[in-house]
Amino acid sequence: MKHWLVGFAPAAVQPWIAALISVAAILGVFAGLFALTTLLERKGLGRMQNRYGPNRVGPFGLFQPLADGVKSLTKEDIVPRSADAVVHFLAPLVLVVPVFLGLAVLPVGRNMAAVDLDAGVLFFFAVGAATELSVFMAGWSSRNKYSLLGAMRALAQMISYELPLILSSVAVIMVAGSLSATEIVQAQSGYWGILPRWHVLTPWGFAGFVLFMIGAAAESNRSPFDLPEGESEIIAGYYIEYSGFKFALFFLGEYIGMFAISGLGITLFLGGWTAPLSFLEWVPSWIWFFAKLLALICVFIWVRGTLPRLRMDQLMNFAWKFMLPLALINIFTAGLWRFMPPGWVRWAVCALLVVGPYVLLGRALFQGRKYGARTYRFADT
Amino acid sequence: MSAGFYLVALMIVGSAVAAMSLRNLVHCALSLAVTFAGLGLAYLQLQAQFAGFAQVLVYVGAVAILIVFAILLTRGSEPEPEAILSPGWLWGLGIAALTFVVSGGAILSSKLLPAIQGEPPTATVKQIGDQLMTKYILPLEVVGLLLTAALIGAVIIAMREKEGGQ
Repeated sequence: MKHWLVGFAPAAVQPWIAALISVAAILGVFAGLFALTTLLERKGLGRMQNRYGPNRVGPFGLFQPLADGVKSLTKEDIVPRSADAVVHFLAPLVLVVPVFLGLAVLPVGRNMAAVDLDAGVLFFFAVGAATELSVFMAGWSSRNKYSLLGAMRALAQMISYELPLILSSVAVIMVAGSLSATEIVQAQSGYWGILPRWHVLTPWGFAGFVLFMIGAAAESNRSPFDLPEGESEIIAGYYIEYSGFKFALFFLGEYIGMFAISGLGITLFLGGWTAPLSFLEWVPSWIWFFAKLLALICVFIWVRGTLPRLRMDQLMNFAWKFMLPLALINIFTAGLWRFMPPGWVRWAVCALLVVGPYVLLGRALFQGRKYGARTYRFADT
Repeated sequence: MSAGFYLVALMIVGSAVAAMSLRNLVHCALSLAVTFAGLGLAYLQLQAQFAGFAQVLVYVGAVAILIVFAILLTRGSEPEPEAILSPGWLWGLGIAALTFVVSGGAILSSKLLPAIQGEPPTATVKQIGDQLMTKYILPLEVVGLLLTAALIGAVIIAMREKEGGQ
């Protein structure tokens, strides 16, 4: 469709028009998805917590995101007197711009990646690095103890969980033999019978997908890893001193970051835009990508409604003692899978290599800890 | 030399000067991050995609964060009251100029220079990976060993402190 539209323009400006259309499509579609997701999240959480959720604006509260947008645009922009004005102003921009850049390499449909880079996955992680700096800038420049605490928590968490995240995608890159997002999707096309050749349907791919999604939840500061903004502990974390539109930008950046990293997970493990069953191939490819994206977002909302927040030491132990070894073993398993002849022996060996370390490591980490009924020091007496 | 090159060069040099001369340590660290990003852009202009992205990932993503962490953990981020220009700055400038002249002369008189002029070679990520795993496997292993040793050393330093406290 893009080529059809570009065809109307004179030849000299065609590359510019093509680039402009791609950018406009990314900005429009993902910002629209952001509005949809905020509503979905509030409605879904409301349902899980036995309340209505937003239901005042429009039918079933459908226009709530619109009202929120107008509200944040018209609010007063407050900057604390002792804040570092320049850094305080730049922080939301440093968050939002790279996050949108990351979306550019994701193939959302057949031949539908905005830029098809040879090192696309590397590009994604490289621009993702800037978000950590932005979180620090926001937390430090606000001159607020809570926001600085939130920024320190966020940095520690993001550095720790980036390792399992990248290592679990290394396994996919090894097997696909490419860093390009479109080629990784191509490697997963084709079917075994009616089942697709997605990476998630192999033992190492399944383990990698679970590790990746846990890391993704931590990177996008989603519950149960929302310590950097734990409302009951440090009020709102690193963006506590932001109001009005800058606050909305942080909100937007966080959600777009979640979409981007879910999109990467879909590209790496869930076959990108390929259909889940071979007889469903006639459905347009981009519908599959966005269906998978919405499904993953629903899982994120579900997890947020279900799990309590972790403690800082639990968070660190989980990343370094549990996820990192499993991710390293998973790379080895993926290599084995690549070079063993197809057949049930390969399945058995690789499945053993995934389940064995999981059980052993889990048991070992629980050794010497007594978990009993929770005791209350004052409430019981 | 295109306009893009001059923009990137201006960004690198400007932020590097800012990183040295600003009073506030955190501002220095942030402008150093801009310098790193600018170097990544310079690599991208030379058609070295892999090196450019790796530069941004490692330096902006890890080294800059590490510096910021070190600043926050060791001393207050209050700006220095007096000037930070050290009295020996003239000597430093002279030595820097001398180094620049020597290394520039060495590069200009190198035999390799005519060979690399003209169209820059484009290397795909796959070629780089193949070379690293075959021709340059020994340097790669040595670097890996070195980093592991550094990691273990850091852990040992951190552990001993804890034992002494008990």
